[in-house]
Amino acid sequence: MNQEAPIVEIRNLGYAVNGRPIFDGLDMDIPRGRVTAVMGPSGTGKTTLLRLITGQVRPFTGSIQVAGEDMRTLKRAGLYVLRRRMGMLFQNGALLTDYSVFENVAFPLREHTDLPERLIRQLVLTKLQAVGLRGAAELMPAELSGGMSRRVALARAIVMDPEILIYDEPFVGLDPISLGVILRLIRRLNDTLGLTSIVVSHDVKEISTVADDLFLLSGGKVVARGTPEELKSSTSDIVRQFVGGLPDGPVAFHYPAPDYFGELLSRGEDF
Amino acid sequence: MIIIKELWQSLIEALEGLGAVVRFLLRLLAFTPSALLRFDLIVQQVFNSGALSLVIIMLSGLFVGMVLGLQGFQLLQRFGSEQSLGVAAAIGLVKELGPVVTALLFAGRAGTALASELGLMRATDQLSAMEMMAVDPIKRVVVPRFLGGVIAMPLLAAIFSLIGVYGAQLIGVQIMGVDAGSFWSQMRAGVGLGDINEGIVKSCIFGVACSLIAVYEGYYAVPTAAGVGSATTRTVVTSAVVVLFLDYLLTAAFL
Repeated sequence: MNQEAPIVEIRNLGYAVNGRPIFDGLDMDIPRGRVTAVMGPSGTGKTTLLRLITGQVRPFTGSIQVAGEDMRTLKRAGLYVLRRRMGMLFQNGALLTDYSVFENVAFPLREHTDLPERLIRQLVLTKLQAVGLRGAAELMPAELSGGMSRRVALARAIVMDPEILIYDEPFVGLDPISLGVILRLIRRLNDTLGLTSIVVSHDVKEISTVADDLFLLSGGKVVARGTPEELKSSTSDIVRQFVGGLPDGPVAFHYPAPDYFGELLSRGEDF
Repeated sequence: MIIIKELWQSLIEALEGLGAVVRFLLRLLAFTPSALLRFDLIVQQVFNSGALSLVIIMLSGLFVGMVLGLQGFQLLQRFGSEQSLGVAAAIGLVKELGPVVTALLFAGRAGTALASELGLMRATDQLSAMEMMAVDPIKRVVVPRFLGGVIAMPLLAAIFSLIGVYGAQLIGVQIMGVDAGSFWSQMRAGVGLGDINEGIVKSCIFGVACSLIAVYEGYYAVPTAAGVGSATTRTVVTSAVVVLFLDYLLTAAFL
């Protein structure tokens, strides 16, 4: 396969939830072997984009190619084959609460391979060592802190040696130390395992320290793309609002509403 | 007019719901052969649904049997036929009370546990995480739980009936003084294989119904605290109504 071609290619993507358009003519190329961050205000459909890339939902219009597969027409069996080449880190880790840390990381191996127990043990311990939690192998998910569960989930996501690793808001609710650990892991795993990493986040400052490329989504389109430095020096209003964290701007402070005074003075019979 | 329209609407919705449940059942059945290959997962669920319900089933069986012994004795004594207490209690337990009360208790004990477990797995993204690991949650999580319930129910009903007969004997023979010989011999003569078959068929069908309702409600629970709560409630309510309704149909069919 052409190593230069983007691993995810999105063309003219359209998608709506409950009749509300989320994406309208979205184009995006995610290059191979790099850390790409997808940013945007809450409600711009970042998580929906991940669901589209991983085939949990299908686009209404346009096309998505992931690792050479067309996500619009891919059958269920093909999708499952493709997903073995992907790892995904959910916001809260999504560990299986009935199983210990060790069994959580071993889960994909036990489901998809017939490896002997000794080899499974070695693979799991190597991955746990990579995230620094080999000592926690026998703990249950309920005994872990938020940052630790996310690291276990990360070990589980890489245990099948995926080509693409997807992070859904990996920094939410972490203390500064755990956050630093996750940031370093994103970079290190990407480079040592030769992965492609896609990170969805709205933590501009944090993600700028590790990402090679940034995409800024707003209003269903990519409004800016570039390296962290390029985005910092951008003159576009929306980029400056987002990067600078300004409360009002192109993304309005107010949710669309009828006229304020008119609504206050009305007798409220419309409700 | 509005009432008729709303009734019509809710009838349509009920039928759509029934259709969705049947389609879900067909999906479960399609995965059943491959799920049977991993029998350890099913055994685990038979333990969760069955063994962990044993205490409540045995206690209830004992009390129901004791009540039957007391009421049956009072009633039969009026006709001077208290010797038939054994056969009366056994028929009542094996054909009706065993399967029905077990199913109601099962819905309350194991069904709610199944529904809330699956609902919480949905709410905490565990089911989505499995899908992302290319593991089908229906095959890996739902089908073993469903089959575990289906297997556990007839066993629980049999234990319920057995303990119930002991309870009836305890009151009737030990306390009220019915002759032990005629209690047991009339029971042996009066309870036929057909009666036992009826009980087995009923408890198997109730097992399918209760397990299906529980896993369906749990799997499709709205992924919030309130959603999981209402899924659990609906599991008990729907199971109870469906079991009693099916019981009537099956009883009529066996006549």
